[in-house]
Amino acid sequence: MKETSRNPIENISRRDFMNGMFSAGALVIAARVLPASAWAQLADASATRAVGSALSPSIYLGVETDGTVFIVTHRSEMGTGIRTALPAVAADELDADWDRVRIEQGIGDPAYGDQNTDGSRSIRDFYQAFRVAGASAREMLIRAAAAEWNVPAPECRAELHEIVHSSSGRRAGYGALAEAAGRLDVPDPSTLEFKPAAEWRYVGRDHSIYDLPGIVTGTAVFGMDAELDDMVYASIEHPPVLGGTVRSLDDSEALEVPGVQRTVPLPPFTPPYGFQPLGGVAVIADNTWAAFQGRGRLNIDWDDGPNAGYDSDRFRQQLMDTARQTGRVVRDHGDVDQEFDRGGTILEAMYYMPHHAHAPMEPPAAVADIRGGRAYVWAPTQNPQAVQDTVAAALGIDAADVVCNVTLLGGGFGRKSKPDYCAEAALLARELGRPVKVVWSREDDVRFDYYHTVSAVYQRARVDAAGRPTAWLSRSVFPPIAATFIPDEQYGMTFEHDFGLNDLPYDIPNIRAENGPAPAHVRIGWFRAVTNNFHVFAASSFADEMAHAAGRDPLEFLLDMIGPGQIVDLPSQGVAYENYGAPLDRYPVDTRRLRNVLEIAGERAEWGSRQPGNGWGVGIAAHRSFNTYVASVVEVEVDGNQVHVPRVHQVVDAGVIVSPDRVRAQFEGASVMAVGLVRTGAITAANGRIQQSNFTDFQVARMADAPVETLVHLVDSTELPTGVGEPGVPPVIAAFANAIYSATGTRVRELPLSRYGLA
Amino acid sequence: MPYTFTVNGTSTTVDTPEDMPLLWVLRDVLKMKGTKFGCGVGACGACTVHIDGRAVRSCMTPVANVSAPVTTIEGLSEDGSHPVQQAWMELDVPQCGYCQAGQIMSAAALLANNSDPSDADINTAMNGNVCRCGTYMRIREAIHRAAASV
Repeated sequence: MKETSRNPIENISRRDFMNGMFSAGALVIAARVLPASAWAQLADASATRAVGSALSPSIYLGVETDGTVFIVTHRSEMGTGIRTALPAVAADELDADWDRVRIEQGIGDPAYGDQNTDGSRSIRDFYQAFRVAGASAREMLIRAAAAEWNVPAPECRAELHEIVHSSSGRRAGYGALAEAAGRLDVPDPSTLEFKPAAEWRYVGRDHSIYDLPGIVTGTAVFGMDAELDDMVYASIEHPPVLGGTVRSLDDSEALEVPGVQRTVPLPPFTPPYGFQPLGGVAVIADNTWAAFQGRGRLNIDWDDGPNAGYDSDRFRQQLMDTARQTGRVVRDHGDVDQEFDRGGTILEAMYYMPHHAHAPMEPPAAVADIRGGRAYVWAPTQNPQAVQDTVAAALGIDAADVVCNVTLLGGGFGRKSKPDYCAEAALLARELGRPVKVVWSREDDVRFDYYHTVSAVYQRARVDAAGRPTAWLSRSVFPPIAATFIPDEQYGMTFEHDFGLNDLPYDIPNIRAENGPAPAHVRIGWFRAVTNNFHVFAASSFADEMAHAAGRDPLEFLLDMIGPGQIVDLPSQGVAYENYGAPLDRYPVDTRRLRNVLEIAGERAEWGSRQPGNGWGVGIAAHRSFNTYVASVVEVEVDGNQVHVPRVHQVVDAGVIVSPDRVRAQFEGASVMAVGLVRTGAITAANGRIQQSNFTDFQVARMADAPVETLVHLVDSTELPTGVGEPGVPPVIAAFANAIYSATGTRVRELPLSRYGLA
Repeated sequence: MPYTFTVNGTSTTVDTPEDMPLLWVLRDVLKMKGTKFGCGVGACGACTVHIDGRAVRSCMTPVANVSAPVTTIEGLSEDGSHPVQQAWMELDVPQCGYCQAGQIMSAAALLANNSDPSDADINTAMNGNVCRCGTYMRIREAIHRAAASV
């Protein structure tokens, strides 16, 4: 299989990162942010206060002479709390007073290391770097104090923004010591001592997010809120079919709309579409409303191009037909063919999940201005370095000449890793010679997303007399994310298989996973939890089917299939396993931890204490994704065709937890999103055009149909921290479907629930 | 043409087309960015403001129809001290935060008319406000908490 040179799940080994970041000289490579107070100006992004501080042992952290601690977050804030959590890690090692910490948002700059905020890996990959930043500053402050007092450094310690000499009781504040400390050599990270967990002030404790007051008072700045002097507004009519082009344009009526200034044609993309703009016609206006109104008056004759035949009903059948045929083998353990040939009891099932749209509450938006050969962009982006690259490619300038200021994101879920909308703003800013804000309407967002792909997954198993599988074949067919980067690619990239297809965790002698071909006729992109969502829906539903076929309790059956637990050696079974970009030796696939979360789920949900019936049912599923182990229990009440979800339990083993309340929030939200995906969400196409347009016909979970409560149980762990943003979604999808079977006897194999007359 | 109305206690005159929604008057003309654009069709509640104390979707309210005082998130309290804002902070309701201005405005209007809403009352009042991050459980809890402190 071809691999792309632009694998969207970008890995950074910790070693490379440490070498790059903390070698002498790398520390002060220009890191620039727009000061939070300067939104209304086009101040050139200047050095961070952190790097400009008297003491700055790290690109992420500085201490000023007044004692203010500046900490840079280079990852994007889209609701996970990462903008607060990473600084909390550094502040803890520094033993800083949180009230004296100021957080700065890093612009796009490779000097920070990876900034692509996806893959649930910000804490996993940068926990150590921020510990080092804080501990380095602490060590330097201690040495400075010791030198000033002429005492041995080991007799001094940090204590809430002061260095204290234990025996004499002398004290000095961080600010007073910052200049002297800043003249010392930055310690070798390997010599640093980190705080024992018992002394943590912020890690593992609840603390509110930094932006909370701004959010509840309406002053927090999202990308949609960015504003420059002399700015105009743009709304873009995109080709209704992917790859379509403008045959002819009549903009005369649009230009009559009050406030509309002009129109600007945008060129179509060159395959593969990647992160390029879709092309179309931009309407430039005095305000967003006028731009929207003008668009409604455009008369465009489109050439729809090669994807005009995309039809979701036909495509569903195509995927299922393909899933019944042998595909490319992506895992081969034992010999499933030989085992199937023995005959006996064979179970099989086909599962189908439609496209979904990310639909972050803030639609894509970006502001751009071109000055002095440089492009300045303000955007809600998950990946500011991709903004630099994409805008640079669109304008034909160097990426270093693109300054990407990262605002707060009004949700992301993967959509805002793809900066097509930023390149649109930059192209228009160049054309118009003035600042431009591009605003996507909700209709644009729903119709022109990088969709969660559509999938058919075939499952086949031979089971023994106890109903336990002796051979298990999974075959997954879906238009791949690979098609974003490789023209006409029909097979998934390695990571698309890693996510729930080739990592079946059960102790079964014969396992095979296959991937079949499917063409992409709309843009495909990673969506929260990515291919895990449909792979786990299929595999964990099928496990439930096997349990019921054998008359066994589903939880007991899962535990039996896992056995006592082990480290699963996937590479020895023909799997090119990328492990979410984490080294397998430090983040192994350990089914003892999967077993543990299932056992805890059974206890906390009081599994087995109530018999399903009278419309009540309960379902369970467990899955490791993003190196995190999750078990989910979903309860349902079905009244006629109405499905209610009174309660979800999420048991989470994510190693060390930095921000417990934000982790709980991620799993609460994941259960809401998963229930919405199952219940109502579906994006479909006819004649190549997406048939949904807004929250009226692409229904996401609302309060009344969300789970009434989600109880999150965090496993107390000293293991390395792992992902929390995404892994809460997949097992809830399957557990919800299993609960509906428990309550009604209806086996949900295709989504959404409306296919079964349920709402 | 010119339209004069009161926003957060201040009389304001704007010169816009009569059908321009209040949302865009607030955001693009008055540069008050606290009120959010989410759908433009009254289906998500992100743009919720109060007009004469009632929760209204500003994206569906032509400026010509604004004949009573408008309150936005910026004017709900001077300092974030409204009981709903306080409850939102105490329970750490927001994730990304984008929809929360609208959620808070809907919740404040509910509590102004019903000082002790049931879960069903809350579902009814809040079902028009979408939160894609899925903070509904905490929103409900925060409304109960705010009700207790009003």
